[in-house]
Amino acid sequence: MPVIQSPLPGTFYRSSSPETPPFKQDGDAVAVGDVIGLIEVMKSFHEVKSEVAGSAITFVTDNEDPVMAGAVLAELS
Amino acid sequence: MLKKLLIANRGEIAVRIIRAAQDLGIATVAVYSDADATALHVQLADEAVNIGPPAAKKSYLNIAAILKAAVDTGCDSVHPGYGFLAENASFSDAVTAAGLVFVGPSGDAIRLMGDKVAARGAAHAAGVPIVPGSMGRVDGIVAARHILIDTGFPVMIKAAAGGGGRGIRIAQDLAEFEHAFPQAQAEALAAFGDGGLYMEKVITKARHIEVQVLADGTDAIHCFERECSLQRRRQKVWEEAPSMALSSHLRDALCSSAVRLALAVGYSGAGTVEYLYDEDANQFYFIEMNTRIQVEHPVTEMITGLDLVAEMLRIAGGEPLRLAQADVTVKGHAIEVRLNAEDPARDFAPFPGTVESLRIPGGPGVRFDSMLYPGYTVPPFYDSLLAKLIVHAETREAAITRMARALSELQIDGLKTTKPLFAALAADPSVQAGDFHTRWLEGWLEVNAARLTPLQP
Repeated sequence: MPVIQSPLPGTFYRSSSPETPPFKQDGDAVAVGDVIGLIEVMKSFHEVKSEVAGSAITFVTDNEDPVMAGAVLAELS
Repeated sequence: MLKKLLIANRGEIAVRIIRAAQDLGIATVAVYSDADATALHVQLADEAVNIGPPAAKKSYLNIAAILKAAVDTGCDSVHPGYGFLAENASFSDAVTAAGLVFVGPSGDAIRLMGDKVAARGAAHAAGVPIVPGSMGRVDGIVAARHILIDTGFPVMIKAAAGGGGRGIRIAQDLAEFEHAFPQAQAEALAAFGDGGLYMEKVITKARHIEVQVLADGTDAIHCFERECSLQRRRQKVWEEAPSMALSSHLRDALCSSAVRLALAVGYSGAGTVEYLYDEDANQFYFIEMNTRIQVEHPVTEMITGLDLVAEMLRIAGGEPLRLAQADVTVKGHAIEVRLNAEDPARDFAPFPGTVESLRIPGGPGVRFDSMLYPGYTVPPFYDSLLAKLIVHAETREAAITRMARALSELQIDGLKTTKPLFAALAADPSVQAGDFHTRWLEGWLEVNAARLTPLQP
């Protein structure tokens, strides 16, 4: 199963701000290059873009969870 | 005197506060998140309490967890450091309501200085020069045209209800202003439901100079100024004391205005009054007052011989100010640089990681405030400040030479840091001449980016 990993250690966010909806909901289709979340590293924010495509995404890391580099954020089917 | 202090912070400032407390015989309690179990402040404090998960919101910003830790360990006081809860008025109030001493000003003082319009009004009332502009809201173009007499151009128009840089326009001349003002009004009304605007003179080329004050609620003194004009994205990176730009007459005027403001608001503790200094016009203007100990406080300590954190603890413990103004004198020149876990060769990208080996500079006039040790893994969840290298010498020129020497001794393996930036700045003719302003470094970085790789001299 293809997965999307965190490129950096930090805090994972599923939306660009608390007031906006998540970039992707569970079950959404994902194209290569789609932004699926943000990683905050030392107060700077980095987009996480999918390097693979899939018909349905399932997040395995929750919003605001701490992650290490390489941690699986979501699975694709 | 306080007996047992909880430090509601992490990193180098938590270490700094623990040291000051221990020097005064005050017992210390550190708090830490799950990501900071191995941190130096946890090792150095007499006790340490885990207060939650890595996210600051769930640990270092969690007022209930911090208060519980303080009560459970029998603390009589809480020092907030800088950042996190340091300028949170509700936290000051909550600490006091729990029967503990907050090492800092009252919630009301924090609230007053945290409200930009109220702080500007308080400064004006205390006879502190403020940036020319409106005193509060401007509701029509007729009133706005009168304010232009004071501000001149360029002038900034911003939504009263805006924030974080939203709803700001700058007009270069009257024609632009006549066009921009009604537009800004309509936009502010649409965006915020409030068409009120503020106006302020734009000072395009200014130095950032700030004055350290100490106050006990009755008396106040200043500990002279710091020059913090070398900034990147509004973050100070290199700070000095004293400022090379001020005449002794202007220094007196600046520093005494800060004392007037502290007295006017009944301030207690350590605080910093920040100013813009327009060198061409020979004018200084109040920007804001920070109601906490600041990152760059060591340069003031080096030139005055004071321990500002210890003075804060004494004042919080109920002692009156120990020093009269005449007791505070300046000796020599000090410079601090902020070593951040950032790669200056890659546009200052954050660089968390593990410290493999560490060589700390030493010798006369060198101080290194840090939370680093060999084997320490820098967590990615908090700000990137790793260490502050501070040097002190008889003259500014000698301080810059000493800074270059100390930087060459410093070796941090395993992480990228901003050290190459400071080595390059120490060698720069404009920096050596003290000829810069708050926007100078950004331009310098565009030209000199290639010089910031560690392998080059």
